[in-house]
Order: sequence, then C-alpha cells, then structure tokens
Amino acid sequence: MHMADALISPVVGGTMWAATAGIAAYATRKVQHELDEKKVPLMGVMGAFVFASQMINFTIPGTGSSGHLGGGILLAILLGPSAGFLTLASVLMIQALFFADGGLLALGCNIFNMGFYTCFIAYPFIYKKMMSKGYSKKRIFIGTMISAIIGLQLGAFSVVLQTLLSGKTELPFQTFLALMQPIHLAIGIVEGLVTTAVVEFVWRTHPEIIEKAAVGDALGSISIKKVLVIFVAFAVIIGGGLSWFASSNPDGLEWSMFHASGKEELESSSPVHQTLAAIQEKISFLPDYGFKESVDEAAATDNGESEIINPGTSVSGLAGGAMTLLLACLIGMLINKMKRINKGKLIVSEENDV
Amino acid sequence: MANITESLNNIRILDELAEKKTVIHNIHPLMKVLVTIVYLIVIVSFDKYQISGLLSFILYPIVLMALGEIPYGLILKRTLIGLPFIIGVGMFNPLFDRDILVVLPWAQISGGWISFLSLLIKGGLTIIAALILIGTTGMPRIAEAFQIMRVPRIFIMQLLFTYRYIFVLAEEVGRTVRGYSLRSPNEKGIQFIHWGPLTGQLLLRTLERAQRIYQAMYCRGFTGEFVGGSQKKVGLKDILYFIGWSAYFIMVKYTNISTQIGRFVTGVVK
Repeated sequence: MHMADALISPVVGGTMWAATAGIAAYATRKVQHELDEKKVPLMGVMGAFVFASQMINFTIPGTGSSGHLGGGILLAILLGPSAGFLTLASVLMIQALFFADGGLLALGCNIFNMGFYTCFIAYPFIYKKMMSKGYSKKRIFIGTMISAIIGLQLGAFSVVLQTLLSGKTELPFQTFLALMQPIHLAIGIVEGLVTTAVVEFVWRTHPEIIEKAAVGDALGSISIKKVLVIFVAFAVIIGGGLSWFASSNPDGLEWSMFHASGKEELESSSPVHQTLAAIQEKISFLPDYGFKESVDEAAATDNGESEIINPGTSVSGLAGGAMTLLLACLIGMLINKMKRINKGKLIVSEENDV
Repeated sequence: MANITESLNNIRILDELAEKKTVIHNIHPLMKVLVTIVYLIVIVSFDKYQISGLLSFILYPIVLMALGEIPYGLILKRTLIGLPFIIGVGMFNPLFDRDILVVLPWAQISGGWISFLSLLIKGGLTIIAALILIGTTGMPRIAEAFQIMRVPRIFIMQLLFTYRYIFVLAEEVGRTVRGYSLRSPNEKGIQFIHWGPLTGQLLLRTLERAQRIYQAMYCRGFTGEFVGGSQKKVGLKDILYFIGWSAYFIMVKYTNISTQIGRFVTGVVK
C-alpha cells in the first residue's frame, strides 16, 4: 500500500510529512531517553532484517499463491513502539529511494500509514493489552493476528482518505474503500500469520527476547497519551483544514501564489510579454487557430474541469508537447556528445603526456 | 531467490553510480535534496488535467542523467517497475470521468484519459527524480544532507546502519532460502510449517549479529555517536544549482513552454 507521489497533492503530502516528522521527533526523544547506545545497532540491523525478510516468499496453504512480511508489527513487538517506528521509517525511506516503492513526497504518508497504526495503535492497544495477562501460544496468536489486521486496515483506510483528499483520481470514496479494505484484510491475515509464526518461535526458544521488549525492560514503555495528542492535532488539521483546501484550492502553489501576489496565476501583462505576443501574432499565419482559445484553456485549467479544449488548441498542444520532448532529448544528446568529445581529448592528452 | 539477488544488484548498481565523479555528483548533497523536493512539489501541484505543462519538466532528468552519466535505460526500467500502483488507481479515471475534454480533428478524448495520462507522467517524473537523487548522491551523502537539515542524529545513524546491513542480511536470507529450496524442490516459497522456524532462526541470528556488531564498535570507542569526517561546505556553484533549477521549475510551471512552442509552430506551419 505504498502511496505514490503522483497520487497526492502537495498539501496532503506536506501535512502527512509534518505529522510523521512530529511523531518521529517524539519517538526519537523517547528512544534517546530510554535507550542505551547498544540499541542503535540493534535497530539498524533489525531494519535490515525486515528489509531482507520482505523478500521471502511464504506459500499460503491451499491457495497456490504466496505472501510477504510487512514488518511493522514485528518491529513494534521486538523493539517497542518508538524504536520500531523509527526503524520502519528508515526501511521505507530506503525502499522509496532505491526501489521507487512510494515516492519521496509520499514518504510521510507511507511512514504514517504503515508505521503509526502498527506501532502506536495496534501494538499498545491490542498486542500489549493482551500480553499483560501473561504470555501463551494462544494469546500471542490472537494478539499478533488482530494487531496485524487492524494495523493494515487502518493503514489502507488512510491511503483511501489521502487519495480522496488529494483529488488526483476519479475513484469514488466507496469504490476505493471497497477495493482496498478486503485486499488488505487478506494481506493483514498473511502478515499476522507470518508474524505470529516468528514471534511464537522466538518466544519458545528465547522467551526473554519477546517478554523483555514488551515489559519495556530493554527498550522502555511508552506514554501513548502524547502520541495521541499529536495524532489528534494532525487529524484536526487534515479533517478540517485540508478538506477545505482540497475542495476550494486543489493546487497548493496557486494557493500560495494567491496569498503572495493576490492573484492565482502570474499575469503576463509586462511590456516584454505584450511585445512578444504581438510578434507572435504577426508571424503566425493563422493566429486565431491557436491563440484565441487561450481564454478557454485558462478557464479549463482554473476550474480543473468542464471546459472542452477545441481541436486548434489540442493540435498545437500535441505539437508543442512533441517539440518540448524533442528539445529536451536534443539537449541531453548534446551534453552526451560534448562529454564524449571532452573525454576523447583527455585520453589524447594523456597519451601525448606518456 | 531471483528477487533477493535482483534487489541487491539494484542497490549495488545505484551505489556504484553514486561513486562517479561528475559535475552533478560534485554538487553539495543538500542542494540536490532541496532541488528534488522543489521538483516534486511543483510536479504534484499541477492540475489533474495538465499534460503539456508537465512535459517541460523532462528536461531536468535528461540533463542530470546526461551530466551525471546515469544510464537512461536503467532509470527507465526502474521507473516502469514503480508504476503499477499508480496505474492500478489511475485506470479508474477513464471509467468514471467520461466527459469529453479534448477534441482532436480525428478523435475525441475524455477527461478521464487525460487525467490518467497526466498521472502517469507525474508518476514517471517523480520516480525518476528520486532515482536520480540516489544515483548521483549515494546514501551516506544524503545522510549528510539530513544532518544539515537537523534530522535527529539517532535516526540518521540508524538509517545508515540499516542501509549498510541490508547487503549482509539480504545475502544471508538469500543463502538460507537457497538452501531451503534445494531441499524442497517444486516449492514456490516457504511452506507454512516452516514460516516460524526459518524466519525465526534468521531473526535470532540477526540479533546475535547486532550484539557482535555493537561489541566490535564498543571496542573501537563507539559511544552512541557517529564521528563523521569533515563535511563539504555549500559553495556558490551549489547555491546557483539550486536557484537555477528552482527558477526553471517555477518558470515552466507558470509559463507553459510546451503550449507556447506548439502555438508558435502550428501558427507558422499553417
């Protein structure tokens, strides 16, 4: 459920980055206060472990297909919520940078969707509550399963909300929800089963690893109140502020432009623009064909919909697009050519030196 | 198995590319990170029906790949791998938005198809930007930029640890899975009964490894802080790089060069 940059608006991306940064700052402070330096390598190596084990194919009995480990809930169980959240954040960052799994702007959304709900909601309220009565095979199974499923369901719901608020797709809320939640129920069950299998195995062989982490001996327990306050604050921002932005100002830059200059777009009223426009009109054989529709087109882009772009504008749009791409490619080829010539010169001069 | 080897190779290739010494590689990492952020924000701030305005943004990756000696094919292939989720969500646009938005002499195109195409272009450009950033900068130098941006040290340290140990652990996971698959032919993955023992063993070994790593580091004087070498300072060329690209992005956001060229050309040609 990695959100992509293309699917979010700058406002949603920015708000989720702020929310994630807030939670990460809180988690960092927690980790710094309660951890000894021994745990930093542990977090790092555990991050690498989750990254590597995500590549293992687990055969799902009776289906013929296979599933993977997400790792959010496992990290929370082994490292505690704060360290788990930070570790998962770094795993997601590496995935975004090297594998294009979710974009950099959407990274805030992704860390929130996959880290916050598992580490700060599912883990403390479900898993830890269940384990407070003592460990048993049954409790580990139920606690881990429910945590994994709830964590993923909340994450998937968050993806739907963020996509909806960004307004980049036409998918109706209910349809998207009906698609996402059942898929993530299946993913959640597999995640829960794999995590249970691992946690249960480790608990059987080295019970102290699992029990210490949960009690907070090794990594410290967490006051969930502060995290919830941060979460509620951002929920208010998203729910209140953002929905207003999303509906009335789909474009964050235009909004900031409006506040900076009092206009939503820069008007081309300078003498230079006017002169250039006059020249353009003179040298165009059929100025009406391409230029007069600019008002229509501006209206279409402003409203974001409804206005039909006519054949004239469309043809010039296509031609312009093709020319722009060609131009960009030519510049690239030119740079490559110059680099090759320079390298050639370098080799020749080196040979002469020899 | 192929998955693990392939993923490791993917990281290694980008790692090696980041070691090159070109004019782009020499730009201060902070400026490269900032330019990438501006680029991403400007791209995603485009209207959902916008296509022509986005095309001018392709200049940035082309110039960077040419100057930074990043192979086009590699980045393109990776970008295609990153697109499925965007396609999955965006393919509903043509179904739900059927109002005709563009009339060509030979066809009529609905708003849904236009917004779908716009989404694909945005997706492609944003993925390429991230890959170019890592391919011309490398993880350690991006961490350096984070440090200047006041990202908590503990997070940076942990990020670098994770990054470094991915190679070690992925190889270990690869060996384990290979061993398993040799003993259980005709199995597509790990069987249900072995989920716990196999992954659990790997986890226990990982924890022991973390302990050994810490002890080795402790012996070498680790006190919870990474002592970095002297950092490169932000120079004039770095600032110019940032200002130049940002100015270009904002300029092409507000003056649709592609449309201007198109109008000019069609005007002249006709």
